[in-house]
Amino acid sequence: MTLRPDPTFHATAQLAMQAPVENYGFTVMLSPDGSQPDGIAVVDLNPKSDTYGTIVHTLLMPYTGDEFHHFGWNACSSSLSPLSGHAFLERRYLIVPGIRSSRIYVIDVKDPLDAKIHKIIEPEEVFAKTGYSRPHTIHCGPEGIYVSTLGGGGKDGTDGPPGIFIMDCETFEIIGQYEMDRGKQDKHYDFWWNLPQDYMVSSEWGLPPQFENGIVAEDLLSNKYGHSIHFWDLRKRKNIQTMDFGENYQMALEIRPAHDPKKSYGFCGVVVDTTNLQGAIFTWWRGEDGTWQSKKTITIDPRPEKAENLPPLLQGFEAVPPLVTDIDLSLDDKYLYVACWGLGEMHQYDVSDPMNPVLAGKVELGGIARGTKHPGGGDFAFGPQMVEISRDGKRVYWTNSLYSTWDDQFYPGQEGGQMVMAHVGENGGLTLDPDFYVDFPKGHRAHQIRLEGGDCSTDSFCYPNV
Amino acid sequence: MELDASTMTALWGAVILSGIYHGVNPGMGWPLAVSAGLMAGRPRALAKAIGALAVGHLLAMLAILLPFSMMTALISWQKEIRIGAGLLVIAAGMYLLFNRSHPRFLSRVRPSRLVLWSFLAAMAHGAGLMLVPIYLGICGAEAGDGGHEAARELMGQNIASAFFVAFAHTIAMSVAGGLIAAAIYFYFGLKFLSRTWFNLDMVWASSLILVGLFGIYATLRGH
Repeated sequence: MTLRPDPTFHATAQLAMQAPVENYGFTVMLSPDGSQPDGIAVVDLNPKSDTYGTIVHTLLMPYTGDEFHHFGWNACSSSLSPLSGHAFLERRYLIVPGIRSSRIYVIDVKDPLDAKIHKIIEPEEVFAKTGYSRPHTIHCGPEGIYVSTLGGGGKDGTDGPPGIFIMDCETFEIIGQYEMDRGKQDKHYDFWWNLPQDYMVSSEWGLPPQFENGIVAEDLLSNKYGHSIHFWDLRKRKNIQTMDFGENYQMALEIRPAHDPKKSYGFCGVVVDTTNLQGAIFTWWRGEDGTWQSKKTITIDPRPEKAENLPPLLQGFEAVPPLVTDIDLSLDDKYLYVACWGLGEMHQYDVSDPMNPVLAGKVELGGIARGTKHPGGGDFAFGPQMVEISRDGKRVYWTNSLYSTWDDQFYPGQEGGQMVMAHVGENGGLTLDPDFYVDFPKGHRAHQIRLEGGDCSTDSFCYPNV
Repeated sequence: MELDASTMTALWGAVILSGIYHGVNPGMGWPLAVSAGLMAGRPRALAKAIGALAVGHLLAMLAILLPFSMMTALISWQKEIRIGAGLLVIAAGMYLLFNRSHPRFLSRVRPSRLVLWSFLAAMAHGAGLMLVPIYLGICGAEAGDGGHEAARELMGQNIASAFFVAFAHTIAMSVAGGLIAAAIYFYFGLKFLSRTWFNLDMVWASSLILVGLFGIYATLRGH
């Protein structure tokens, strides 16, 4: 508890954009074969520092085999919610779940260079108190810290549907399941919300047997991965509408609502359309009658490629699918960044008109059967994946690993963890910084990035821009 | 019991001051009025929200004061009632001082249900209790003025006082909260919101203890 709100909490997205820029980034380090512990790498992002663009602190966990993926803060700008009346939490702890082990680490990063483990929640506690397993996305909200999970109960996580559970934001005790009426929701991945408008949107990847040991090609071709998103009455904890994009839109993953809570729209990225291997982005919005609508507003075509250059999984298609694995929206709701992990491209779309996105910039890096090198000369394993935008929207950071077993299927024989950064032009456009190239220690891959003081996929704002 | 006009003025002053105090506390809802105005894009929504918050707050005050106004009919127990009320308020203050976790049920209330939210927020923070010693002081003063009245008449008078106290307090609270909300909405902008938001938890809990002590002290001194 502090006397004043944390200076990194902002009433509006606009104010967050004007705040001081990030000095540090926190990036997940993943040991793909579980031979070493996973960890958090603290990266120096202050261009004036002597150690700029290098890992200045590494915190490894006491266990192996956690498989770190996504993570988030204990508190963010949502603490300024007018309904909470107490804005005195500190943005101090990173909540880092292991999606393979179901263990959750609470990491104190008050001093980034001395980041340390504050608390460990053992998997048994997660199972017993929630009936869920494989915790994934973290958001801080009205009732505490919300954690989405990918698995239900039982050994393979298929005993009951996965869902969201809530943790106390001060003691980090697990409180229990979020859902009171989940409706048709039976798979889970990402979720986010609009706090003043009191709605939440959640998405679907697949059940644990569909991803833990690699992508299951038969399941993909028979459209058995998730293809729906769910709209929730946030405080009633009730699924009010399930929207099916169509079964060919396999793996509806990242949910990115507009940051300005006055707007009632957002985006969802679909990894692959099984009819044509395209990647797709849907824009969803609330119609005048109050029901939710959606429309496919971006498609990205696959690239034809000789079978001999392709991994066995793709040889039959003679094409490289874009594989839209992550998307991120700048705080001014202007640019949507789309990671095409298969093609090896990062796209920047101007979404000022969310119904008519326009491609504004593009960077090639890595990619299946292409392997574009970084302009600084370094290799970039796999393709652009987890993307994070600076609060001011001027710098875009990304890493390269998707998920241990999937990396190996789509990029057999490749290894490495890299984090890069691109500059955003005055009127759009994206240029890789040749001098910013973080090569991760041997044996570790890189996944999600969180920026000190908040970024474009953590903070929920409770007041509209003016 | 001889009471001079200055004591009465001081007690009513305390009613108004406590209203201003509650009004400026973000925990009693003025940020909701700012949010309502900005989300709707017009100041009328801000005023409407202040109105809804006032209704909820008023109901919470009455819910606490009315039971006490009934009890004041027990004239021979007046001293015990006032000391008991003082102890209750101190206990509430101590509880809030040591139990610093915030009531999670408040975050289950929908953003659109401002009357309910305001009522629950006031109840959860003991806002009504803070008024009790002041109110009982006023009742005692009025009874003192008129000598030994019939219990029935006194009760009627005390119920009327409860309404007056609750109204005066709520009006002061709404004006104070409304002014801050309007100042942020029209002039200062949302940057001011996080800058002026102080953690009043300790001060609030201490105020309850202080008011309770005052109530007991005044009773024992014969006021």
